[in-house]
Amino acid sequence: MWKFTLRRIVTMIPQVLLLSIIVFILAKMMPGDALSGMVDPNIDPNTIAEKREALGLNDPWYQQYTRWLGGVFQGDLGQSFHFKMDVSELVWQRIVNSFWLSLLTLVLTYLIAIPLGITSGRYNDSWSDRLITGYTYIGFAMPIFIFALVMLWVFGFYLDLFPTGGSVEPGIEPGTFEYIMSKIYHMLLPALSMALITTVSTVQYLRSEIIDTKQKDFILTARAKGASESRVYNRHILRNSLLPIAAFLGYEITGLIGGSIFIENIFGYPGMGQLFLNSILLRDYSVVTALVLLFGILSILGALLSDIILSLVDPRIRIK
Amino acid sequence: MEMNKVELVNDKEVAISPSGWKIVGREIVRDKLALFSLILLTVIIILVYGVSFFLNQEEIVTVDLFSIHEPPSETHILGTDYGGRDVFGQLIIGTRNSLSIGIMVTVMTGVIGIIFGMVAGYFGGTTDNILMRILDFFQVLPFLMIVIVFVAIVPKYGILSFSLIMTAFLWMGIARLIRSKALQEKELDYVQASKTLGTSDLKIMFTQVLPNLSSLIIVTMTLNLAANIGLESGLSFLGFGFPESTPSLGTLVSYARNPQTLEFRWWVWVPASVLILVLMLSINNVGQALKRATDARQRRG
Repeated sequence: MWKFTLRRIVTMIPQVLLLSIIVFILAKMMPGDALSGMVDPNIDPNTIAEKREALGLNDPWYQQYTRWLGGVFQGDLGQSFHFKMDVSELVWQRIVNSFWLSLLTLVLTYLIAIPLGITSGRYNDSWSDRLITGYTYIGFAMPIFIFALVMLWVFGFYLDLFPTGGSVEPGIEPGTFEYIMSKIYHMLLPALSMALITTVSTVQYLRSEIIDTKQKDFILTARAKGASESRVYNRHILRNSLLPIAAFLGYEITGLIGGSIFIENIFGYPGMGQLFLNSILLRDYSVVTALVLLFGILSILGALLSDIILSLVDPRIRIK
Repeated sequence: MEMNKVELVNDKEVAISPSGWKIVGREIVRDKLALFSLILLTVIIILVYGVSFFLNQEEIVTVDLFSIHEPPSETHILGTDYGGRDVFGQLIIGTRNSLSIGIMVTVMTGVIGIIFGMVAGYFGGTTDNILMRILDFFQVLPFLMIVIVFVAIVPKYGILSFSLIMTAFLWMGIARLIRSKALQEKELDYVQASKTLGTSDLKIMFTQVLPNLSSLIIVTMTLNLAANIGLESGLSFLGFGFPESTPSLGTLVSYARNPQTLEFRWWVWVPASVLILVLMLSINNVGQALKRATDARQRRG
């Protein structure tokens, strides 16, 4: 188990390095550099050229790359041109919002997926199964942004049950109970919209997993021993079917990153996805670079997490 | 034990109907939903490409400030948007564009994925190892963000560069699938026999192994087409898809980000949303029916 994990972590290192090189190249391809945001364009071009030389912007690319990478390791991601503050500080403010939103989405995803998957798998070909399968069929084809718009329209505007933007009611003292409730209230609709769509694949997987396990020999044995129907399902089948679902957790993270860009944009939620889109539109490229790097590392870590959980659950993978 | 059962069923099926296409046809006819989807899809495609032939894109995307946000009427069947442009015309041309780019990206990713996966799977060993590490790397990239960054920094941005950018980061799924099948296929007797006879690797790969994977490729590409249409409209929705002057379904939906439009002007965004959903649902239905047809265990017909 440790051997597998270690080997998996070692293969991760070149991935992260390659990612950083790609991000660096992207950053170089973007118009403007670290200097163009800081200096007054009216300054004498010769002074600017001197500054560039002093900052090392004329060095060969590999020198610049190692310097940049060293900075990244120390948490120095450069200056935001638009917000006039350190990128790391700016990103940190948004990360907190995105983290809570993603966490709530994950919790909701599993809260929806597990009962639906179990019902649908246990009573397959019944009416409730057909209803659930129909939902997963439509949910599978439904793009997340259309669904989020419909949710916003129905619950935000038409029924007026939820706020339609922001992450907290303005003017509430941070840290109070009211503040936390307001935060959760603002997160609920975006998280629910995302969860209802992302849960679909988990439901489908759980259903087929349960139907598969149901016909295995050890279930027959359990029944023959006289185990009650609820014991067969809760102890024997569920334990075997739920574990692979746990392994999806890591891949869910990758999915959440993509989804959050749409969701935060539609619900006006100030998280990282929103920051990313705004920075692109404002051409604030140091923020963009930092975010791409961050999201890339997050999805690499997500894949790592999934593989480790999978290897815990299914020993056959470790041998490979 | 399970394997035996599958092979038995397979043998029986083969004995009754030798033609693969017959099985596919029968599966689709048996599955009423898929049949309906296929007919609907055909009608939409013919209508969209036919009607767009008579529409003038220049005229439709021209801003008309005297008819902003008109509700549906005789002159504008589906009203107008914030620039006074006819929504119905944009809808038709947008559907055509979305479909075309979806097909284009699907074909391009298909070609790259098939070649990549076939080479990796057929040669195996070190080649496979190296190619798979490259693939792994592409797969962990945050797709949406990288595409958005590329779209934002490419200097001469147009439809072709957009589809190339999408292709560059979407070929991995099909490559992985083809590789795993090619790994199985190359161990079979006919490949070994062909090798013994001295047939070149290239010929074995693309004239002998590839036809055996054709059903799988068709299924995957159909399902990919639905996904690609969704991705394209999603990117256009965020403003990083088609350029402004080219209508797309996603652009129409994106007008709903204005709360006024979302709440009071349904004609701008609802038809496009419904159309995206219908397109994706029906392509998926057909794809699922094809998938069942190629897998004897799941067949209904």
